[in-house]
Amino acid sequence: MDLTYTVLIPLIPLFMFLFLGFNYKRLKEPISGYIGTAGLLVTALLSFYTSYQYFFNYGKVDGVYQKIYAYNTVWIHFTETLHIDMGVLLDPLSAVMLIVVPLISLMVHIYSIGYMHKEPGFTRFFAFLSLFTFSMLGLVLSTNLFQIYIFWEMVGVSSYLLIGYYFEKPSAILAAKKAFIVTRFADFGFLVGILIMSYYAETFDFKVLTNVEFIQTLIANKELTFVGLSVITWGLILIFIGGAGKSAMFPLHIWLPDAMEGPTPVSALIHAATMVVAGVFLVARLFPMYYFMDDGFALEIVAWVGAFTTIFAAIIAITQYDIKRVLAFSTMSQIGYMMLALGVSGYEGHEGLGFMASFFHLFTHAMFKALLFLGAGSIIHAVHSNYMQDMGGLRIYMPITNITFLLAALAISGIPPFAGFFSKDEILAAAFEHNMPVFVIGYIVAGMTAFYMFRLYFRIFWWSNPEYKHAPHEAPKFMTIPLIILAIMTVGAGFIPFSELVSADNTPFHSHIEWGLAGASIAAGVIGILLAYVFYKKENDLSQRFTVAFGRVHKWAYNKFYIDEIYFFITKTIIFKYISGSFAWFDKNVVDGSMNGIGNSTVWISTKIKGLQSGKIQDYAMFFISGVFMLIMIVWLLLN
Amino acid sequence: MISGVSIYEILTVSTIIFFIGIYGFVTRKNLIAMLMSVELILNSAALNFVIINKYLFPEAVEGAIFSIFIIAVAAAETALALAIIINLYRLVMSLKTDELETMKF
Repeated sequence: MDLTYTVLIPLIPLFMFLFLGFNYKRLKEPISGYIGTAGLLVTALLSFYTSYQYFFNYGKVDGVYQKIYAYNTVWIHFTETLHIDMGVLLDPLSAVMLIVVPLISLMVHIYSIGYMHKEPGFTRFFAFLSLFTFSMLGLVLSTNLFQIYIFWEMVGVSSYLLIGYYFEKPSAILAAKKAFIVTRFADFGFLVGILIMSYYAETFDFKVLTNVEFIQTLIANKELTFVGLSVITWGLILIFIGGAGKSAMFPLHIWLPDAMEGPTPVSALIHAATMVVAGVFLVARLFPMYYFMDDGFALEIVAWVGAFTTIFAAIIAITQYDIKRVLAFSTMSQIGYMMLALGVSGYEGHEGLGFMASFFHLFTHAMFKALLFLGAGSIIHAVHSNYMQDMGGLRIYMPITNITFLLAALAISGIPPFAGFFSKDEILAAAFEHNMPVFVIGYIVAGMTAFYMFRLYFRIFWWSNPEYKHAPHEAPKFMTIPLIILAIMTVGAGFIPFSELVSADNTPFHSHIEWGLAGASIAAGVIGILLAYVFYKKENDLSQRFTVAFGRVHKWAYNKFYIDEIYFFITKTIIFKYISGSFAWFDKNVVDGSMNGIGNSTVWISTKIKGLQSGKIQDYAMFFISGVFMLIMIVWLLLN
Repeated sequence: MISGVSIYEILTVSTIIFFIGIYGFVTRKNLIAMLMSVELILNSAALNFVIINKYLFPEAVEGAIFSIFIIAVAAAETALALAIIINLYRLVMSLKTDELETMKF
């Protein structure tokens, strides 16, 4: 069967980007929005069709999901095994992402037609959204490490452009730069990792890199060791640094809260649902390598970074007042969950529960987190403020947002039968089987998640009713329809038998809910919700009193544990002052100095000798005559 | 061939005239005097042509013809120079080279 048509999936958004970009001046609101959305609808339908066909028609051969190159062309040829390709890879991971990315992107497109109403640069916004969708689809469909790196950077660029969408706002510019620089810094690790891989494994190709027999030959080659570990493991750790940067893992998370400066639909699409899970996707892509090299040493790192980030972000999320920041830290926490699930996963059959749970959570999280962000967007749209102090009692004014937000909050808190429950339960089950300390962290975070989400929910929609200058109103149809669609997905996505589709060794297995563990996680969620209910249902000073009681701890958490300040200290005080300072001195004094010295000495000499050109004809005649005499003397001396 | 006068003596005369011209050109500040010095230099050269022709190649006439050319060119040149000098005088009311030094750095 011919699958070449799949190249259209990323290319249509690229075309939309170019079309909208080149007709930036001519296309007016809302035409450009409709065009962009229509283009994306085509992409989405193609992707859904491809994904469906892959899972239920040709993907499975002898009970194993195949990695299929729908399209592949050699771009740069180095050696027989090492070449950079461009292509489309279909396997369970990319097929799942083919549902997530276009679906969320489509919802965000529709939502943005309403949300970006009367914003300057409406067309620009849709052009950038198309660019992002193109990059993200290219990333998930990559056939090799180098292609994924190219699209990885393009995703970073479009993220930069969209965070800095309000470019006349200095804070937005700073946030965009911060996001770009931090992720770029992390991507340096990724690049070095790729180079190590290409040198020692001599291939970029995912089909080869994830082949278990190929990995066994790498393990068997004992010469490739460095400081007690295989070089390949070092490469994997470096690649994980790149993934951690994109996925906002501690300590490279500092850009994500600031990225909320972008328009809210962007936060929903890029910084909650799709781009930030690229790191999870990358680790999942190379999962067999992570699992087998050095008995999963790199995977252990992934697990612990994920576990630390998840609890770290959850603590901060409890203390924040900006609703988008609460959601941003919640995103970090949930991505930490996915990472820790990958980290505790095994490989074969039911052992690979963590892998499947991680991807399941990625899928469900995309739905409910996009819903939460879009809901937050319509709240901000109505109240004109990001801060929960300005909110309260909104359930009366915004019934649709209220219900959809509640559904999403229930889902993220892990209450059955909403999507989050199923995926979170699988993650906890996997952690319980393989790594007890990680399980404990995950379990605590489950309760905390429920608490901070319902803190947000009750504080926005209940609490007391403040004096609004303009009575808030429900968002327009363009904004509520995506909310409703995503809410349906949030309710229904949990019932997808995910283990039949995605697994570490691409062999479907059957997973079942262990009700003992599930009951415990539901209990954690319910306790979190009840606590939030007590604190925030009606206006009271309980939370205030607790803030005072915790004093310094609260202050630390509120200031995000001063990680930004530590970064500033390291970069500004140490690197800029001492290291860059001495380089700057050398540049200013030695490099510039030598150049200036040449210029200055030329000027100095010329002022000294310009008197020779006196304008007096006799002087010139004297020079001429004495010159002639000298020549005669020289010739005469030479002849004798 | 002038009897009793060797080529060396007569060349010495032309050399003296030449250096008088050089000296005058360098030391005189007046443009007219400088023009006269230039004429002296030219005449010493013309004299050389005639002397060399007369003493070394008595049968030839090229040297004499050349000196006639030089005299003609010198006359034209003098006319031209005088015209320039008159214009210059009308412009700056001076013929001193010290006061005509605007073309410098």
